[in-house]
Amino acid sequence: MTSHAATIETGVRRPERGLGVYDKKVGMWVFLCSEVMFFTGLIGSYIILRFGASSTWPMPGEVLNVPVTAVNTFILICSSMTMVKAFAAIEHGDQRGLRLFLLATAVIGALFVSVQVYEYRELIHHGFLPSSGLYGATFFTMTGFHGFHVTVGVICMLWVTARAFRGGYTLEDHQGVEVIGLYWHFVDLVWIILFTIVYLI
Amino acid sequence: MATIVAEATGTPILEEEHGRPFIRKYIFSTDHKTIGIQFLFMSLFFLLVGGLLALLIRYQLAWPGRPIPLGQGLPETVAPAGVMLPEFYNALVTMHGTFMVFFAIMPLLVGVYANYLIPLQIGARDMAFPRLNMASFWISVPAGLIMLASFMVEGGAAGAGWTSYAPLSARPDLSGVSLGQQMWIVSLVLLGLGSILGAVNYITTVTNMRAPGMTWFRLPLSVWSLFITAILVLLAMPVLSAAAIMLLFDQTIGTNFFLASQGGQPLLWQHLFWFFGHPEVYILILPAMGMVSEIIANGSRKPIFGYRSMVFAIIAIAFLGFIVWGHHMFQSGMNPALAMSFMISTLVIAVPSAIKVFNWMATMWEGNIHLHTPMLFAVGFVMLFVIGGLSGVYMAATPVDIFIHDTYFIVAHIHYVLFGGSLFAIFGAIYYWFPKMFGRMINPTVGKIHFALTFVLFNVTFFPMHGLGMGGMMRRIYDPEQYEHIAGMQDTNVLVSLAAIGLFATGLLFLVIFLYSLFRGKPAPANPWNATTLEWQTPSPPKHGNWKEIPVVYHGPYEYSHPAMDRDWLAQNERPDVVSPAHQPATGSTPLQKGGASE
Repeated sequence: MTSHAATIETGVRRPERGLGVYDKKVGMWVFLCSEVMFFTGLIGSYIILRFGASSTWPMPGEVLNVPVTAVNTFILICSSMTMVKAFAAIEHGDQRGLRLFLLATAVIGALFVSVQVYEYRELIHHGFLPSSGLYGATFFTMTGFHGFHVTVGVICMLWVTARAFRGGYTLEDHQGVEVIGLYWHFVDLVWIILFTIVYLI
Repeated sequence: MATIVAEATGTPILEEEHGRPFIRKYIFSTDHKTIGIQFLFMSLFFLLVGGLLALLIRYQLAWPGRPIPLGQGLPETVAPAGVMLPEFYNALVTMHGTFMVFFAIMPLLVGVYANYLIPLQIGARDMAFPRLNMASFWISVPAGLIMLASFMVEGGAAGAGWTSYAPLSARPDLSGVSLGQQMWIVSLVLLGLGSILGAVNYITTVTNMRAPGMTWFRLPLSVWSLFITAILVLLAMPVLSAAAIMLLFDQTIGTNFFLASQGGQPLLWQHLFWFFGHPEVYILILPAMGMVSEIIANGSRKPIFGYRSMVFAIIAIAFLGFIVWGHHMFQSGMNPALAMSFMISTLVIAVPSAIKVFNWMATMWEGNIHLHTPMLFAVGFVMLFVIGGLSGVYMAATPVDIFIHDTYFIVAHIHYVLFGGSLFAIFGAIYYWFPKMFGRMINPTVGKIHFALTFVLFNVTFFPMHGLGMGGMMRRIYDPEQYEHIAGMQDTNVLVSLAAIGLFATGLLFLVIFLYSLFRGKPAPANPWNATTLEWQTPSPPKHGNWKEIPVVYHGPYEYSHPAMDRDWLAQNERPDVVSPAHQPATGSTPLQKGGASE
């Protein structure tokens, strides 16, 4: 059977041209389409429930602490910037820059989640719960699922960072960095939409 | 560059395979063929469970209030003295639908055949993400077990229907089921996650890993339909997940998304559910249509009629599937203008569906028809799908639907498209690809007996339901004798139930045929049906890695009765001038043709 395997070596034919993009990137794009539909389900429900609500909806800042979350939004946007810097670093083969910026991204992401936990604690302390009417239900569901996505992102980011510290990414092959970057920017983008419709409008 | 990487990683798989421990080879395998077969066993098990539940439903409808045979052992809370309680009946109806849709038909089509066929038919060694593929199966198994276990918990299994309309499903005090309903939700969210991972895999694989020469319009229609289905899964499943999670929060942490008493909107659940639910209907039929196209071309020994129109019809059905969900809700008090637009978009679906049916008939027209078992099931599919499709047109028309809504007419329709449609195609596909999957043949005579019994008993079971529905029998009624206008049709109900028992027995016969052939069937040649697509150009069953050499594709998938050939088929990776040297060599000199036929 080993001779069987040897003959395969001759099979160096190239597959039919696909998208011209490597598999992992295609896979991540496709997965993000699915994520878009998930958040569309949540945000769409929010819009319908809010405009169909009989009682008046709280004004911005009435229940939620907008300044704290505005700072937190800035923090998350910073993490997207460090992510871009990390990818730019490895595009130039800069291992030190890659490690530094990946670590920074993970830490800033974790900081965002921590501020969100602090915000939740304060709100719950003041008696604002998921069972506090439609406002509470939609607020905690949407921001909670976003927070869950950031948490998953931070865990994956730590894994990528650990690999970067072992020299797992090179100038030629750094697919993992680009793929996690796609996810990270997506989650960031979702937050900007959520921050606008939940906190500001 | 990336393509070379993919090619290089494809090679070592074969070397690794030998000497792997049993658990890595058959249980936690990353080979797409093994995963496909695992899905087959899983979904056949759930098909049996779903059938058993249907049998209990039919028993109650034919002989309401009589003790179930062998039912004395059932617990007091379910069936005291063997007579089932209405709550248990609700759970049966709910779980029959749930198991059949999510754990039998959907994995049978998408889990089994997308996994098994896509890499083989496009000429790839495996999926783009084999480990993700394994994860998708091992997420589906616990999902099914959670669903099954919900029968054992206090309050029983979910009883709000497979559609779980709120507020019945959102408030435990209304249905008397709390934990069962929550398990239903958790199970479906898990299954959704598994399906999405699978869909990511299928889409990436078809996009990026086609063999040299396998252009988009040389893909077999089964691959086309599975690819489009994967897009539907990808975009529809997450909406169900989002809705189901909101329902779970209503049940557990006191939110009120779907509870009108506290400002929520029960109709929102219906919109979200059917936004998922209607694409889901096409998830359940499109792969069936694709596989029927394969079998009909093979059984007619002719190229499929109108290949491109078949592809565009699949795409059109998938697109329209996303904008018609409101036709499930005509009775919800929607604005008549909105109902009108949903009605029109729904009726438009009849056009691509009819294109497909006419193309199948035109393929068979003047063909050299071989009525082997898969072909019988495929032709049965076309006949029954036409009946189911036509009753679908009745329901799409709002005024008619308002009359027949939630009656047995709907039950008849759904079974004509899901059993007569999808399941007939699945049986056909099992008979067709069984030799490839297991390297053994199924005896054609017993296959034909199985077909004849299924076809006759299916029609006796489900055709009378049209009449029951028109007569006013409600879809989820527990005791049909409680109303005078339905009690008069009780004889029909008894006939239907007797036929259903026969149909279930036929299902058991299939199981016997399947298991017997698995161990004792005659060894299968590589290409028992003289078929043209790539999977038949490799041994039965194919080895890990599928090919010695990645095949090169020269033409479309259905070159039957090619004039330049002595035999009546030309495989996708063969050139007529190489196979039949007597004929003139092809004049083209593209790089592909220089590559020569593989194997």
